[in-house]
Amino acid sequence: MSEAATMEAVQPSTAEIPVLECRNLCISYFTRAGEIPAVVDFNMKLMPGEAQGIVGESGCGKSTVALAIMQYMGKNGRVVGGEILFEGRDMRTMSEEELRQIRGSKIAMVYQEPMASLNPAMTIGDQLAEVPIFHESVSKDEALSRAGKMLESVRLPDPERILSSYPHQISGGQQQRVVIAMALLSNPKLLLLDEPTTALDVTVEAGIVELIKDIAAEFGTSMIYISHNLGLILETCDRITVMYSGEAVEVGSIKDVFDAMRHPYTRGLFASIPVPGADKNSHPLVSIPGQLPLPHQRPPGCNFGPRCEFFVKDRCDVGSIPMVEISNGSHHASRCVRVDEIDWDSTIGAGDESEPTVPGDVVLKVDDMTKHYEIEKGALFFSGEKHTVKANEKLNFDAREAETVAIVGESGCGKSTFAKVLMGLETATDGSVALGNLDLAEMPVDRRGPETISKLQMVFQNPFDTLNPSHTVGGQIARVIRKFGAETDEKKVKARVMELLDIVKLPRDFAKRRPRQLSGGQKQRVGIARAFAGNPSVVIADEPVSALDVSVQAAVTELLMDIQRENRTTLLFISHDLSVVRYLADRIVVMYLGQIMEQGTTDEIFSPPYHPYTEALLSAVPIANTHVKKRKVLLTGEIPSPSNPPKGCPFSTRCPYMIAGTCDTIPPPMVEFSTGHRIACHLPREELAAMEPVIQIEKEPARVA
Amino acid sequence: MLKLIGRRLIQMVLIILVASLLLFVIFDTPQFKKRLAVQELGGFAVSALSEADYQEWLASRGLDVPFYQRYTDWMGNILTGDFGFSYEKNTEVGPLLASRLANTGILALCVFALMIPISLTLGVLSGMREGSPLDRSITFISVFTTSIPEIATAIILTVVLALGLGWLPAKSAMIQGFDVKQLVLPVMTLVIYDFGYVARMTRASMAEVMTSQYIRTAILKGIPYRRVVMKHALRNALIAPFTVIVLQLNWLLSGVVVVEVFFEYDGFGKLLLEAALFPDVEVVQACTLAAVVVAVTSQIISDVGYTFLNPRIRFS
Amino acid sequence: MAVVTAPPPSVSLMHRLKNPKAAVTIFVIAWLPLMLYVMGGSALMAAIEDLTGFRPNADYILLPAIPAVLLLYVICISAFRESAIAIIGATLVFFWFFIAVTAPYLPLLDPNKPIAPFVPPFTAKNDVFFILGTDFKGRDMLSRTLWGCQRVLVWGVSATFVAYIVGTAFGLIAGYISGWWDEIISFLGNVILSFPVMVLFIVILNYLGASGFNIVIAVTFASAPAIMRIVRGLALDVKTRDYVFAAQTRGESALWIMVVELLPNVRGPIIVDACLRLGYTTVAITTLTFLGLGLQPPDPDWGLMIKESAKTAMLFKFSYMLLIPALSVSSLILGFNLMADGLREMSMRD
Repeated sequence: MSEAATMEAVQPSTAEIPVLECRNLCISYFTRAGEIPAVVDFNMKLMPGEAQGIVGESGCGKSTVALAIMQYMGKNGRVVGGEILFEGRDMRTMSEEELRQIRGSKIAMVYQEPMASLNPAMTIGDQLAEVPIFHESVSKDEALSRAGKMLESVRLPDPERILSSYPHQISGGQQQRVVIAMALLSNPKLLLLDEPTTALDVTVEAGIVELIKDIAAEFGTSMIYISHNLGLILETCDRITVMYSGEAVEVGSIKDVFDAMRHPYTRGLFASIPVPGADKNSHPLVSIPGQLPLPHQRPPGCNFGPRCEFFVKDRCDVGSIPMVEISNGSHHASRCVRVDEIDWDSTIGAGDESEPTVPGDVVLKVDDMTKHYEIEKGALFFSGEKHTVKANEKLNFDAREAETVAIVGESGCGKSTFAKVLMGLETATDGSVALGNLDLAEMPVDRRGPETISKLQMVFQNPFDTLNPSHTVGGQIARVIRKFGAETDEKKVKARVMELLDIVKLPRDFAKRRPRQLSGGQKQRVGIARAFAGNPSVVIADEPVSALDVSVQAAVTELLMDIQRENRTTLLFISHDLSVVRYLADRIVVMYLGQIMEQGTTDEIFSPPYHPYTEALLSAVPIANTHVKKRKVLLTGEIPSPSNPPKGCPFSTRCPYMIAGTCDTIPPPMVEFSTGHRIACHLPREELAAMEPVIQIEKEPARVA
Repeated sequence: MLKLIGRRLIQMVLIILVASLLLFVIFDTPQFKKRLAVQELGGFAVSALSEADYQEWLASRGLDVPFYQRYTDWMGNILTGDFGFSYEKNTEVGPLLASRLANTGILALCVFALMIPISLTLGVLSGMREGSPLDRSITFISVFTTSIPEIATAIILTVVLALGLGWLPAKSAMIQGFDVKQLVLPVMTLVIYDFGYVARMTRASMAEVMTSQYIRTAILKGIPYRRVVMKHALRNALIAPFTVIVLQLNWLLSGVVVVEVFFEYDGFGKLLLEAALFPDVEVVQACTLAAVVVAVTSQIISDVGYTFLNPRIRFS
Repeated sequence: MAVVTAPPPSVSLMHRLKNPKAAVTIFVIAWLPLMLYVMGGSALMAAIEDLTGFRPNADYILLPAIPAVLLLYVICISAFRESAIAIIGATLVFFWFFIAVTAPYLPLLDPNKPIAPFVPPFTAKNDVFFILGTDFKGRDMLSRTLWGCQRVLVWGVSATFVAYIVGTAFGLIAGYISGWWDEIISFLGNVILSFPVMVLFIVILNYLGASGFNIVIAVTFASAPAIMRIVRGLALDVKTRDYVFAAQTRGESALWIMVVELLPNVRGPIIVDACLRLGYTTVAITTLTFLGLGLQPPDPDWGLMIKESAKTAMLFKFSYMLLIPALSVSSLILGFNLMADGLREMSMRD
């Protein structure tokens, strides 16, 4: 209490004192292998009301910084140097009790996985009420009523019900709102957000991001927003710190860093993410060569040196590289010794342009394909009511030779079921899937010949799962070759394995390695080699790069495109990420709850008329470009469960244009706008056609010259 | 919830039916019948027996009818409370089994009353601060005690406390009526063997909970550490040990055999072993059935308890 | 914890043994002779005598096993070097393993020959010095204790091994194929698991009769369902991995997927569990022998030694007859358990 009073007294002067300041912060983990520096020489100054973004790839130390601020490092972590000043006091000198009083009341945190962050055995009300009870010593009733009010201000419907629920009874988006409410309950000075939306679907993410922005405005809370997504940082923050391999490499205002970046890594990062204006033929992505160094294998000098195109021997690889202020004097700094020499306006090493490929004949034709699952509730003598999950409902589309068709949708949209039917692990309930003139819909994989199987292959999502950890890389590729009968002679099999490794640009001696010796990107390359081993005509790629680091994503995407172009393979690219899809797809199929909402060429999908769901999806995707202006379309509610879909249009429960009495009872008609561009919607043609574009580019961004 | 209990009950009945049927099939082979005859009439008499006489003997014991018929008869008898007749002890099986089960029940009660608080306290203390010296010593003690089989524990305790120091009686036959002193060694033996396992389970569960993200949330919410442990951690960490403890009943029925035989304590386990060695078929069958019923019941209690303690399952 | 290290390469336990194939071969060289010796050494020699007319000494079978055991010990120690607990455990286990293969060559008295009854440890009688004394029949305790490890080791390991093969096979089928197979296998497993273990042993051995081979059958019945459950759980997890999906989509047969894709990836946890279960089996064999349902006299065995002395040794001065076998069996089980603990700790660190 007395502390709060003194706080009041010094209030006027706190405007100049930063809420948080990190000075030369160094954090290490101590493991069996010795000391591993996680964060080195980290500086940050956060003023009241300011929002600071920290961006970086996995292992760059961004989450470590957040936990260090909280003074919660686990058994192995320790701050080995520097200071963390919270309102001018060094947190490292505080006692456990002082820290406890600050945690949750002055500094609060929002975590990456809301489900795991909430106690499964306590009601949400109890968990929320603890904050006021222990920080402000209020009664339980008072605490609960405050919690209820806070739930309202994070826009959760029916707070009373949520207060008495357990975490698993509400959806992921709602859980994250609860965690945010918990963080805000004591009106903290500083809010730490550690990838708060990574585990959520795009349209749900958009709602949370909007909420976070409103909080900043409404409560005047200072924020540190940690993310790997530059687009999200752009939407939420004032300033940004780019981290690479344990170091901050560039710090500045959003505008400076996004439009006039002064570090080769930042530059490379931006060049490897697809933004409007980039497409696979005329503006291919440029990936950063090499891979992230492991923390105990960092190079001398600049950590980014080995991957940098401006690397100069004996300058970049000696000593420690200091952070230097950029001359324009707007607190913009870069950790690059050559910052004043590099011509930052030059176009980044040109990616190879290529002619657009001309699609051939239809290879794959999906006609009214339907997949229902029967779920029986309660087995063994209690024959419960049967329950139908409509995983796929009357899918219609086709794919041509050498064409890339993207299937876009959020969780529960039925894309993985579709892949399973296609691969023959499930059989369709109805309709047909024709590969050439062979109907695969009711042909499970064990009835398909090796010829058919090799025609249809798949690249999987999770690099850590795609290869069997018990067998060598070469052995796994060779098995596919033998299985498909492409080669039978052992020598030729071996030669083919080597050839495939060459194609995916991996060293030949990787054949003898086991998957655990490979990085995520390398595993994904092996996965691609495996898929292309039998010269397939159709390859399904299920989010092949979404689990990879941004700087590696571009290289793998480009590789996939190159091999496809060369072999004239049809690529079905399953993704939730519209920016990637816009970059590489020729045609797009938008799915929601097992049904196709809209399909057409990439241009048609990205410009009006839109299906209302496509419109919301486009608006939700964060884009890392300051020149892109987006029209806000916010969805309310959550994605319904596929086992209990709405009666009429599946999107009717969240659709801003919902026509009561029509959309919620009658399935929407398919409206054809041009050949191949079809929208399933009740809205009149004219209204759809009159929609305004969601994404507008103010002016041609300078760097995409 | 009710549906789940119902399902489990049906499963339990099914399991008991199949288990008892198995028992019956095992004891219905010609060789086994012969063994019975040898036991009852003497080996010499049986070898001198003509085939017709042997058949007559079978008929007199009611062993000539097909086994499914005898099985239904037996089940019917059991349902009316008739567990058969012990040829070895020359008495009704029902009352015999009841009194022996009661004796074992007393033993089990004492074991649980000691084991649960000891193992939970040690497990929680140890799991709370994983890797601390306290944790390491508790872990080592529990590995050590579970590594000594009951028979060895019984021997060591007897040698030290009964034969060496003379504090306690070496045998627990309770010939002069119930004597608490005689209960000490069997109970100690079982507790020493058992507590380590439960303590380790508790420790693992507690350690896992303490590294979970929601405990991090609770700590970073600024709640006092005591409350984090008492309110946030224990609730989740004790779910798993609860089921383990209930299932220990099944283990106890195993351990009790050797302990009762060694200490000559007149309980269920000794009865079963004596009957098996004799062989006194109806006693073996009744004992085994009782054991299965106890075991299956404990499984149900553990399942239902788990569901009840875990809100994630309770409300879904 | 968002650790800075990239996820450290997961090293499976088998990878720690530098060259698993070589280690397995050495194990076979060490194990087979011992198994042959205990299970049918004299029968085999008799067969050779029938064929050649010359009867070799059965003890020669064990000769190749002696260096193999020592080599295996060195390999294990170097593989477990990070965990002191595992090293202590392995040392205890290998001590008895070594005694088992060298027993015929050690300067011991005949374990079955009565010399002088009730001689206390460290005393001489009839010009013979008895380090551990003699039992009530006058047989040398040291010799009986050392010889006594042979049968329990061989039958214990064999029984666990067979139980693992059966349990793993059923577990893979139940976990991977699922459906009705799973329902049936799991139900049968539940039926068996609903018998308390010792009750099940008593019923089975009572039915089959007491012998080493029957112990193997009984242990398989009693342990396989529990192993099946573990493997089933692991298989259910592994089968959702993309590499299994990839194998399915290239049309591999269920058998191939189970053996090549699943089995190598459930191996790690199984090895830890196997060590624990070796301990249980040793307990079970000793206990059963004590109860009179296990190994039979006259050859020495720890459980048998306890059983035979239980009635006569109920005086403090004769308690060594009980204590010595009790401590011996405890040390072996402790060895297995410590090894399991160390292995688990190491696999958690990976």
